[in-house]
Amino acid sequence: MKRPLAILGLALLAVFPWLPLGPARLYILHVAILILIWGIVGTAWSLMGRFGLVSLGHGAFLGVGAYTTTLLWNFWGISPWLTTPLAVGAAVLLALVLGYPCFRFRVVGHYFALVTLALGEVIRLLIIAERDWTGGSLGLTLKDAGAFNPWAIQFADKRIFYLIALGVWLVGLWVWWRVDRSMTRSALEAIGEDETAAASIGIPVTRFKLRITLLSAGLTAVGGVLYAQYLTYLNPGVLAGIGVSLQIVFAVVLGGMYTLLGPTVGTALTIALAEYLRVAFGVKLLGMADTIYGLVLILIIIFLPAGLYGGLKELVLRRAAPARVVRAPSG
Amino acid sequence: MEPILIAEAAINGILLGGVLALLALGLNLIFGVVDIIWIAYVELVMLGMYAVYWLVTAYAWPLPLAALAAVALVTVLGLLVHLLIIAPILSSPPVNQLLATGGLLFFLQSFATFLWATDHRSLRLALPILEVFGMFLSFARLLAFAVSLLAMLGLYLFLTRTYMGTAIRAVSQDREAMALMGADARKVYLVTSGIGGAMAGLAGALLIIQYSVHPHFGAAFGPLTFMICVLGGLGNMFGAVVASLLMSEVISVGGIITSTEMAYVVAFVIFIVAIFVRPEGILGKRE
Amino acid sequence: MLELQGVTAGYGEFTALWDVTLTVNAGEAVAVVGPNGAGKTTLMRVISGLVPIRTGDLRLDGRSFAGRRAHEIVAHGIAHVPEGRRIFPRLTVEENLKMGGFLPASRRHYAETVGRVYDLFPVLAERRRQRAGTLSGGEQQMLAIGRALMSKPKLILLDEPSLGLAPVMVLRLFELIRRVRQEGYTILIVEQNVRQVLSLVDRAYLLEVGRIKVEGRSADLAEQDFVRKAYVGI
Repeated sequence: MKRPLAILGLALLAVFPWLPLGPARLYILHVAILILIWGIVGTAWSLMGRFGLVSLGHGAFLGVGAYTTTLLWNFWGISPWLTTPLAVGAAVLLALVLGYPCFRFRVVGHYFALVTLALGEVIRLLIIAERDWTGGSLGLTLKDAGAFNPWAIQFADKRIFYLIALGVWLVGLWVWWRVDRSMTRSALEAIGEDETAAASIGIPVTRFKLRITLLSAGLTAVGGVLYAQYLTYLNPGVLAGIGVSLQIVFAVVLGGMYTLLGPTVGTALTIALAEYLRVAFGVKLLGMADTIYGLVLILIIIFLPAGLYGGLKELVLRRAAPARVVRAPSG
Repeated sequence: MEPILIAEAAINGILLGGVLALLALGLNLIFGVVDIIWIAYVELVMLGMYAVYWLVTAYAWPLPLAALAAVALVTVLGLLVHLLIIAPILSSPPVNQLLATGGLLFFLQSFATFLWATDHRSLRLALPILEVFGMFLSFARLLAFAVSLLAMLGLYLFLTRTYMGTAIRAVSQDREAMALMGADARKVYLVTSGIGGAMAGLAGALLIIQYSVHPHFGAAFGPLTFMICVLGGLGNMFGAVVASLLMSEVISVGGIITSTEMAYVVAFVIFIVAIFVRPEGILGKRE
Repeated sequence: MLELQGVTAGYGEFTALWDVTLTVNAGEAVAVVGPNGAGKTTLMRVISGLVPIRTGDLRLDGRSFAGRRAHEIVAHGIAHVPEGRRIFPRLTVEENLKMGGFLPASRRHYAETVGRVYDLFPVLAERRRQRAGTLSGGEQQMLAIGRALMSKPKLILLDEPSLGLAPVMVLRLFELIRRVRQEGYTILIVEQNVRQVLSLVDRAYLLEVGRIKVEGRSADLAEQDFVRKAYVGI
């Protein structure tokens, strides 16, 4: 990205809440914050997704992150500043416990996706099972600490949350950028192409896969904490189940998982779509909004397999060069 | 906790395991042949359950007829899923394939919510409860188990005694080689998808006589089915059945001792440990 | 019977065969030899329909079959015994043979055809209920050939049948292929083992880097120069 352009963009983003946004200002800010938070989560997921490690259970890390800090605040008044590392640690530990056997025993591809799917659902069920202190399916509310409490990271003013989310989002992008330029990336791409070949030239496959998984899980947990602090209401269905995990993946695939801003762009699009459907249907036709969401998801996967960004890129390239027919062997 | 209750739960576990085995077999069959997981598989079961429910309660069909209709309906749905969703993405990257069937899950769950709301619907059959050695066993469950066994037998005979069935097994071992024998892969996929649908439809018919249905029914059995599939190993029909019984036992007995949700967590822990300890169960995948 | 005219084919951006022209007449046995990477296996896969033809034509008994899918080409009488045998490891010997006779036309004659295969390869009859994956390399090769015979093909494609077999087994294998030939089958064989295969076939082609370099009757070719070229390509 060109330097001056990037700095201008950043400056714009920073002052965004103070721009004249009209009567729907609070709503716009709210959506912007959501885009940032889910953008962090999407970026975190893409750290794994871009290397072929498709997780359908990132809701687990999200839930663990959110519930850890919230429960510790609600029950023992411990500040999220102190408990966020714990939340991240818990998510990382979970990822380790799951990732190690999977990678060590070459559970890959669809198999791996299924295992992560099961993880996400099990975390959701665990939250429900322990309903006595997590509130179960009825949800959990973050104990109120007033309109301006930096110690508890609770602010009534959305603009402050916006800045916090922006900051964390930028950190997330920085992490992505560092990985992109690192040895880890080359190693993981080699592993993604041919795991056996990579192992045979001495690449410690399990270690690299684990590293990126732990990183992804930890960053997702941070997103979860932010979510909890901002929305102040947690629900296992929204945070941990397969629904949210799928939405994360969809957003990233839509925006393109091989670019820095792809996941965030995709997130913005899916949130925009979801909000539009919610506003259009409201509570009138229960379920219709999600039905259309699901339909759109299917159609986009079938007709725009490279996501919007990838699809556009292909369109541009195709204009530039004549089409080459590349057919895989039939049968 | 009285031992008799645990024994009862253990038996119920086996009975449930039979029906879940149908699901595991169907899903496994499709994965083995087409190499794609239908994440929305249990949602098809849900539709089968609704089909039986509505035919019986709104149109007063006799239960066996409604069950057959449900099997037919979900078989057709299976074919449609393959033709409309799977076939176009056969050569897409795995993440897209998973998203496509994931999108189908969303779609089916939400559409069901839209059509029938979130109410739990039960058939309220007055099927007898049998008393066996002091345990109370539901006739519905025994019947479902018996039918599942018959279905599994039927599937086994189909896969081993017919040309198409053997071809299906062959394709899951080497798709290209089977093309060289004159088998159109597309046809084999279609037949497999139809069978997968039929198993789902049958499972639905058997489950609606035991449980109530609601749009998020998939949340109850979906993750369990997936764990069973991974645990049993790919291409391993026998493994799928064994894993089904094992997992159902854990859920059933665990559900009595703690809560059903907790039993799931325990099942998952066992699942993870099993991956550590017996990766062969996991590595049954073909190259 | 089989004619390739100016066939160019490959995988993706890579072209493996350039302007290949060859013929196999009914009743003949023809070999294609050449160094590793010459494109021999690709050639086989093009004929059986697994790899699409980019330019050129493939004709069977005069009819064009370019662009047809693999299972259609098989139905017209070509049986391909793939490189590495590719038998179905978890099916029994008998089931493997049954799959060889998958085509509806073959199913009718199953009993008779499988009987003839068992006559040709008695060891398969002995092991008919055994899982194919547990057979030895030589036995698997026999199974692969037997499986191809099940569809009563007009033309049999053999891709490197001696690969991975002990020398003693290789001798036996070529004996068996000779017998198959005597039964009247037309054979196109790709082989590394140049000298042995030349004693088996009527004609041979030398394929190098995707192009036909030499062709001729095997009697004429069985001299040092040709054999050396086939191995090292210079």
